[in-house]
Amino acid sequence: MGKELRQTIKTITSHHLKKNKSQVFGQNLTGVGWVAGTLPKLFEKDGVIELPMADVAGGGIVTGSALMGKRPIYIIRYQGYNWFNCIFIVNYACKSNAIWKIPCPMMIRGISSEGSIGPVAGSAHISTIYKMPGLKIFSPMTNKEYSNVYKNFMKSKDVFYISEHRSSYSNTREFKNDLTGNKDIILMPISVTRFAAEKAKLILEKKGFSVGIIHLVNLKPFLIKSEWIKAIKKSKFGVLMTDNDYVDGVLRILAHQINEKTNKPVSVLGLDDKTAGHHKKVDNLPPNELKIVERIKIIIKKK
Amino acid sequence: MINNKRNFSLNVFERASICRHFENEVYKRIVKKEIEFPVYLSAGQEYAPATIAEIVSIKKIKPLIFGQHRGHSIYLSFGGDINKLIKELKGKKDGCTYGMGGSLSIHSMKINMYGHDGFMGSNACIGTGACFSSKKPTIIFIGDAALEEDYVLASLSWVSKKKLPILFVVDDNNYAVLTKKDERRDWEAKELAKAFKMQSFDMMDDPMKISKYLKKSLFKKPTLVNIHTQRIFWHAGAGKDKENVFDRYLQQKKLLGRKADLLDEKIKKRMKLLWEKN
Repeated sequence: MGKELRQTIKTITSHHLKKNKSQVFGQNLTGVGWVAGTLPKLFEKDGVIELPMADVAGGGIVTGSALMGKRPIYIIRYQGYNWFNCIFIVNYACKSNAIWKIPCPMMIRGISSEGSIGPVAGSAHISTIYKMPGLKIFSPMTNKEYSNVYKNFMKSKDVFYISEHRSSYSNTREFKNDLTGNKDIILMPISVTRFAAEKAKLILEKKGFSVGIIHLVNLKPFLIKSEWIKAIKKSKFGVLMTDNDYVDGVLRILAHQINEKTNKPVSVLGLDDKTAGHHKKVDNLPPNELKIVERIKIIIKKK
Repeated sequence: MINNKRNFSLNVFERASICRHFENEVYKRIVKKEIEFPVYLSAGQEYAPATIAEIVSIKKIKPLIFGQHRGHSIYLSFGGDINKLIKELKGKKDGCTYGMGGSLSIHSMKINMYGHDGFMGSNACIGTGACFSSKKPTIIFIGDAALEEDYVLASLSWVSKKKLPILFVVDDNNYAVLTKKDERRDWEAKELAKAFKMQSFDMMDDPMKISKYLKKSLFKKPTLVNIHTQRIFWHAGAGKDKENVFDRYLQQKKLLGRKADLLDEKIKKRMKLLWEKN
């Protein structure tokens, strides 16, 4: 059994606090299992700072810490709270280097999760902040990916937003892109839908389809590699992108860029354009493997 | 601390005079449309920053400073480069904020003054975070309107809880753009700060009063000082809300006599020249 992602995040945090004398800010950090076991059991004297339950001010306080060069980590326990927590981050920290030539680097851990937790706490919400300049956004789901993002953060002067997902914390495996040969269609999943996309790929391959996959981790800046372009151009039916954010957000922005570079159709499958309720019957969940398979069948049928 | 009250008053007057004549020169250029973006003139409100700058200078403290709009007097009082502010207002790349800051977002690392983003009162949270992480003495200047922002209240609460070495200065000119305080709220800053267990004072912008209240406890415990001021010009741009506004600068000039008159004349000429030169 390999190491779980939660352990990697905990180790990185511990190292960041001890070696870099940094700080971790957030609300309710010490409660509810120390952020699902991703936070070392440390306190204010060690640099783990419990913020007041004032979400807007909290983002500003962390911005001030970043302005002092502390490279803080800011934990936003539900991504829907981005609406409050990110106001001063995207309007001050992200712009500080451009306006005042003063870097304000911080690493935000925005945690998404799914299932019967309603319209705010549920799903990813990075589309709310995606457009803002000076912000880098990543969605690592594996140990190696997370470690690489952290290493890049330590070399950077920018604000890093790490779009996490609770379901990934127990993950022990690494993902590989598959672009070998000529593909019928290529999946480009984001966040938790990467697990479903891997399963959908297997189902479709058993049915005789050739399915490629490109795991998306670096969401902003979004660089489309030349081998991706080559494979997409060669594919029969183009791309299906999946995400656990609303469909009319980051997904369509990225799909447009891929379409521009490849001139191939790019379909998107994310959260439906509807408000989630709390009961299972009225939830708004990200696409699972069956939904992905269904959509691919429709795409292929149309052609 | 202040051995010679007259010298102290003259030093504060000199700082205020730089602010006043700087703003008068800006005013002329707004009228002539040489400056076309929104400018927030601080004439009439010089005495709070000028006095506090003189106090920290005597105490040999170099605090972190977080201001917001109407901040020219903060920048100038604490010793920000005059030429660079002129260039900034002219949109030049060698301005204090590289031509990006306009009037609202000015900054200067020389004096530890951090720029403002445009959200009124955001500097309260950001300054609080900076102070918490650096443990450096910090001054946060806000207006009476910004004090009403929910995130400013949350910052006061946390500053008090963490016992940070912060001075909040509420530059109380009674206006939120044109809406007066009594139309917006029924509480006073001093009472609010007390509710958060902060040391707090309420006073006019008389330099001796400001000094009397702040000299002993500055940066020793979280403090909020609400200073009543009178803005001479409109919220933004060139114009006046009303004539015959009480003018602390003129009152002090009269009180200090010939030395102040000479300083006033000298600085007026200097400021005119600097604006022509840049």
